[in-house]
Amino acid sequence: MARVMVVTSGKGGVGKTTSTAALGAALAQSGQTVAMVDFDVGLRNLDLVMGAERRVVFDLINVIQGQAKLAQALIRDKRLDNLFLLPASQTRDKDALTAAGVTKVIHELSSNFDWVICDSPAGIGKGAVFAMQHADIAVVVTNPEISSVRDSDRIIGLLDAKTEKAKKGQSVEKYLLISRYDEARASSGDMLEIDDILEILSIPLLGVVPESQEVLRASNFGSPVTVCSPKSAPAQAYNAAARRLNGEVIELTIPKERTRLLGRIFGGRAA
Amino acid sequence: MKWLRLFKRENPSDVAKDRIRILLAHERSVTGSSNLVALLRNEILLAVAKYIPVDLEQVDVNMQRGELLSTLQIDIQIPVSAKSREPAACDA
Repeated sequence: MARVMVVTSGKGGVGKTTSTAALGAALAQSGQTVAMVDFDVGLRNLDLVMGAERRVVFDLINVIQGQAKLAQALIRDKRLDNLFLLPASQTRDKDALTAAGVTKVIHELSSNFDWVICDSPAGIGKGAVFAMQHADIAVVVTNPEISSVRDSDRIIGLLDAKTEKAKKGQSVEKYLLISRYDEARASSGDMLEIDDILEILSIPLLGVVPESQEVLRASNFGSPVTVCSPKSAPAQAYNAAARRLNGEVIELTIPKERTRLLGRIFGGRAA
Repeated sequence: MKWLRLFKRENPSDVAKDRIRILLAHERSVTGSSNLVALLRNEILLAVAKYIPVDLEQVDVNMQRGELLSTLQIDIQIPVSAKSREPAACDA
């Protein structure tokens, strides 16, 4: 049985899809089979971030409505052959998602993969609830910024109330992933500090992803940052987070960016 | 009190931290899993306001959510000049 993980945040634009792609690839690179499911019906982007946009034939809604089999809709990654993507529908209405349909798809995926990663849409609507419904683990992506922290608090409340686990009286394992962190601004007092966010949200920290140009660069190329520039600071942060998800105990450090010149040279070669 | 704080620390992250803490303490009491606590908060305020004039701006409500236990802490500043027993209007 797979471990089902939701990547969620409440607020949009904090890095859910980037994190889904990077963690999915990092877990696949550790040898496990991974299926990533895009729940953002109507505004899908995981296909684009993964560079699979031109290979989408069927989607999650097609599978739910029985127009395609799961195996037909899953897209195998070009770089990692144990990494798969189930895209969201871009044309359908988001009401086409049903609780029973989502349950069926997640159950089928979990008997075939080691990890099922659900990329949640922003907001606290039906889509976000469907994405978290079957989760064993939740990664709450937060930027060091008060509106993001507020929305994360709301999402943590939903995770404790609306998930299957919560309804059974159990709880989802919740982890905080702080993204777009700028150490210089935090130490000069311009940005919320990690300890403050941790104290406010009181869930354990999975990792701190520093603000980096490499993230945009990777998405331009349609490649997870852990694959596109594996030595970059954000890739190191995601790799460490993936190892923690696998139960490894590693000291939490905030990876530093290499000098820009070196980054350009090596990054350029990697692409 | 608030203006004193402004002189002491102009650090944007401290301002942000204080704002988000106060906001979440309030939001958690309203949207949190236990509506009972939110109801209690209002009724306690009303009960106090019945006997002592309470400025709702001077009320600090803090709630901490826990797995097994939630705690509610209400600090109400009562001016020394406040007359007791005189029922006061309360806009809560």
